[in-house]
Amino acid sequence: MSQVKESKVDQYRRSFLAQSTAIAGMTLTSGVILNSVAQAKSADQPASDKNRWGLLIDANKCSTGCNTCVTACHEENGVTGSGNPETDPQWIRKVKLTDKQTQKVQTIPLMCQHCAKPPCVDVCPTNASMKRADGVVLVDKHACIGCRYCMMACPYGARSFIHEPTTEQIYPRGQGTVESCTLCVHRIDDPNGPRNPACVEACNAEGHKAMWFGDLKDPNSEITKRLKEYGGVQIRADLGLNTGVRYQNLN
Amino acid sequence: MLLRKIIFVFAVIAFFPLAAYADSLLPALPKAKENYDDKTKCVEPVEVMRQSHMDFILHQRDDTLRKGIRTKQHSLKECINCHNAPAEDGKVASAKDKEHFCSSCHVYTAVQIDCFKCHNDKPANTQYRHKISSQVFKQHKFATQDLNQEMLELLATEKEGQQ
Repeated sequence: MSQVKESKVDQYRRSFLAQSTAIAGMTLTSGVILNSVAQAKSADQPASDKNRWGLLIDANKCSTGCNTCVTACHEENGVTGSGNPETDPQWIRKVKLTDKQTQKVQTIPLMCQHCAKPPCVDVCPTNASMKRADGVVLVDKHACIGCRYCMMACPYGARSFIHEPTTEQIYPRGQGTVESCTLCVHRIDDPNGPRNPACVEACNAEGHKAMWFGDLKDPNSEITKRLKEYGGVQIRADLGLNTGVRYQNLN
Repeated sequence: MLLRKIIFVFAVIAFFPLAAYADSLLPALPKAKENYDDKTKCVEPVEVMRQSHMDFILHQRDDTLRKGIRTKQHSLKECINCHNAPAEDGKVASAKDKEHFCSSCHVYTAVQIDCFKCHNDKPANTQYRHKISSQVFKQHKFATQDLNQEMLELLATEKEGQQ
């Protein structure tokens, strides 16, 4: 099929989908389909600074014994290791918080916080660590020399180094480079509209519904509405990094 | 004169196997799965692709990673999907094999490429994930609900995630 034909079909599909999802969005419960579906960007459009993608995590809803988001993330992105916990890559991990006063235990998923002013980008000597226009912080592995300076700079310990050779990759990743949560950027760029990252999807499927994904710049998105109504905190807000991942009900 | 003829004959006899050998070393390019365009065959005219494929991929990789432009025309993933499609017996060449589309030429020209240290050298069936997860987030592997009929059919028709 020629490029021209294909793009016309795509255009038709997109406009049809946009219309149908707009109607469906009104009838379905919010959170099932993202409110921002109408903003679907076509494959040839660059990411825009009109969006800023983020996550909201409710610490009270996050189940202490549950590891679903971690498994789902690593399965989705093909993150594998050699079984050595010291060196295996970790895109997302569960952190346990215990209140010293009451001994109340909470767990939260901690991943790349997708800062507006990311220290990892500041320190990268090759410009491999970068932030997309829509706020997603990524590693350009074509330019990464594996110096791990960004890992030192990240206050959240969110980045990992790939120690082992990789095969059968689902998304590109290779030995000797640094990697971290991409906010499932391949799903954000889906021409049918941004979809929930694997962690959020798995959390919803498990029934905990502790995570929301959405556009922080869209006043009508679920995440913005929730943040406006209930508030949310940044971890290490004192650093002034303006993170894209926010937490609620932290001890 | 006679001597010259004899030398010529000897030379032909001496070099004939070498010439045949050299011919067998020429890259045997596997056929692509389909034509991108009936006129240009590949995503650009074949002569242009032979000379400048690396420039297209290089340009595309920056566009995709840094800007999020995900057009398929010059994407390495689509190169692999089309040029390294599974053989009739279902086998897929790895970048280490000489039968791999990229390696067939790159071994011949002794140009080392690093693409496949990070990228998958085999076509990935990404639809596997996408179709399932697009089922309104219910039928994830971790879901507690039972699989419905529609989902079972979808799973049955899907191949493995990786070939």
